[in-house]
Amino acid sequence: MAKQRFARRLKIQDNINTDYVISGRYKFKIQDPKELAEHIFEDIDPAFAARVKRGDCLVAGENFGCGSSREQAPQALKESGFSAVIAKSFARIFYRNAFNIGLLLVEANTDFIDDGDQVELDLEKSRLRNVSKGLVLDIKPLSPVMKMLLEDGGVIAHFKKHGGFKFE
Amino acid sequence: MGKTIAEKILSAHSGKDLKAGDTAVCSVDFCFGQDGTSSIIIDSFNKLGAKKVFDKSRFCMVIDHSAPSPNIGVSAIHKKMREFAARFELGIYDIGCGVCHQLVPQKGHVTCGDLVLGADSHTCTYGAINVFSTGVGSTDIAITLASGKNWFRVPDTIKVIVKGKLPAGVYSKDIILRIIKDIGANGATYKAVEFAGPVITAMSVDERFTISNMAVEMGAKIGIMEADAKVLKWVSERSKRPPQPVKPDLDARYVAVKEYDVSALAPQVAKPHAVDNVSNVEQLLGTKIDEAYIGTCTNGRLNDLEVAARVLKGRQVNPEVKCVVAPASREIFAEAMKKGYIETFARSGCVVVAPGCGPCVGTHNGVLADGEAAISTANRNFKGRMGNPNSFIYLASPATVAASALIGTIADPREHKKRLE
Repeated sequence: MAKQRFARRLKIQDNINTDYVISGRYKFKIQDPKELAEHIFEDIDPAFAARVKRGDCLVAGENFGCGSSREQAPQALKESGFSAVIAKSFARIFYRNAFNIGLLLVEANTDFIDDGDQVELDLEKSRLRNVSKGLVLDIKPLSPVMKMLLEDGGVIAHFKKHGGFKFE
Repeated sequence: MGKTIAEKILSAHSGKDLKAGDTAVCSVDFCFGQDGTSSIIIDSFNKLGAKKVFDKSRFCMVIDHSAPSPNIGVSAIHKKMREFAARFELGIYDIGCGVCHQLVPQKGHVTCGDLVLGADSHTCTYGAINVFSTGVGSTDIAITLASGKNWFRVPDTIKVIVKGKLPAGVYSKDIILRIIKDIGANGATYKAVEFAGPVITAMSVDERFTISNMAVEMGAKIGIMEADAKVLKWVSERSKRPPQPVKPDLDARYVAVKEYDVSALAPQVAKPHAVDNVSNVEQLLGTKIDEAYIGTCTNGRLNDLEVAARVLKGRQVNPEVKCVVAPASREIFAEAMKKGYIETFARSGCVVVAPGCGPCVGTHNGVLADGEAAISTANRNFKGRMGNPNSFIYLASPATVAASALIGTIADPREHKKRLE
């Protein structure tokens, strides 16, 4: 049974960089992800962090997570309760970082998801159901590597479990 | 079918015959972190339960982003880095040594044909010396620090050929801004970019670093160039390891080939709040600026300081402008002092701060007030990047930034043509 989740859609959709996810003002001096989570998207939408509830999906457009390599970005998103990020496309460093820490990223056409919509993700069938709108959307299937990292709970757990990369 | 530089370097480091789209585990020649990313490298390394590092000589940490520390939180991170370095006898470049992307090649840690990972997105800089170097997150570095390896997906490659003759007052920074305007912030995501052509060949190695440095601003994994005689001389003067230069095959497969003739290129300026939001300088003349910043991993090298000093020599920065200069390394700082550039900056009314990232990441050394605008030689102008979301950042070459500092509004450096020829 797919989990029910609610969409939190950003006002700005495309090219959300990791500076916007968590500003350098905070990431350089705060080490606690919980504390960082209070400041997500502060520079582009200061009221956003307070609206996030555990299990929500973040919804964005093209090139989500571009810019800086800061792992604090996916860390703060995960810590603030997001169970997944759904976007049209992702920047590559952010993509790796998210799966490395066990945060699910889903590539889909997010034009059909509004703020507050209830969504269900079915990774087996590579489908996303927008329950509120009665729509079913295709999602880009995850590569075998990403699937493995996710199933193991991130790259550290994967590495420890298999004594290295299983796919070597 | 022939191979691109990316396909060849990843094949050589995996022991497999790889092509674009393949995934493989590769051995990594060098990896590093900086003070914004090393704290999580250390945490992840400890979570891995690693007892030792794979090779002490193939890792370092650099304290450059907030150096010297501006607050207690940053000081705690710096202390944690120093203690970790001492525990495992690892190399650390402490405050004042300079920016990681200057130090890693300058100190000879990398050479042609290497595969390099850095916990900083601008690690793509060393593509200019024929290194497959790319930014990753902290946990990826922890994995490599413990094992000497990581996994890679072999990228497709876009070939960019730069032709013509660069006019006076126009620089490699203008070329890369022009290319990013065309390709877009998303246009090379997951891809490698190979830069080639007579304009690249005519450039010094330092000028080439500026181009490779900004490859990530169009989403690219690497921005790589062939190693010519200039590069081989440059690396052999610094690295003890023998260079293994890698050329693309003549029949290599590219997903796109783009040509740019720069003979009539005007100085370029990226406007707030996106790096691909680029105009010719003429369209922005008269835009008021409150701060001018010369430095960073993009443009804090000796040639950049020289250009800025030529524009500023014997003149005064506009009294309403705060002009900040940060040399990219201690060696560059010392050399610039010997050549008189630092004296020029001081007498012109500039503030020279410690070698490092300076105000680029908004933690210190010149945070803007609400409504203020900066023109900077850095690589990012995202909203809030320099510490205040209610400020505005323009990106340009050192010549354009220095010319603008003199009059307090965005200026065309070609007005100082005689000084720049």
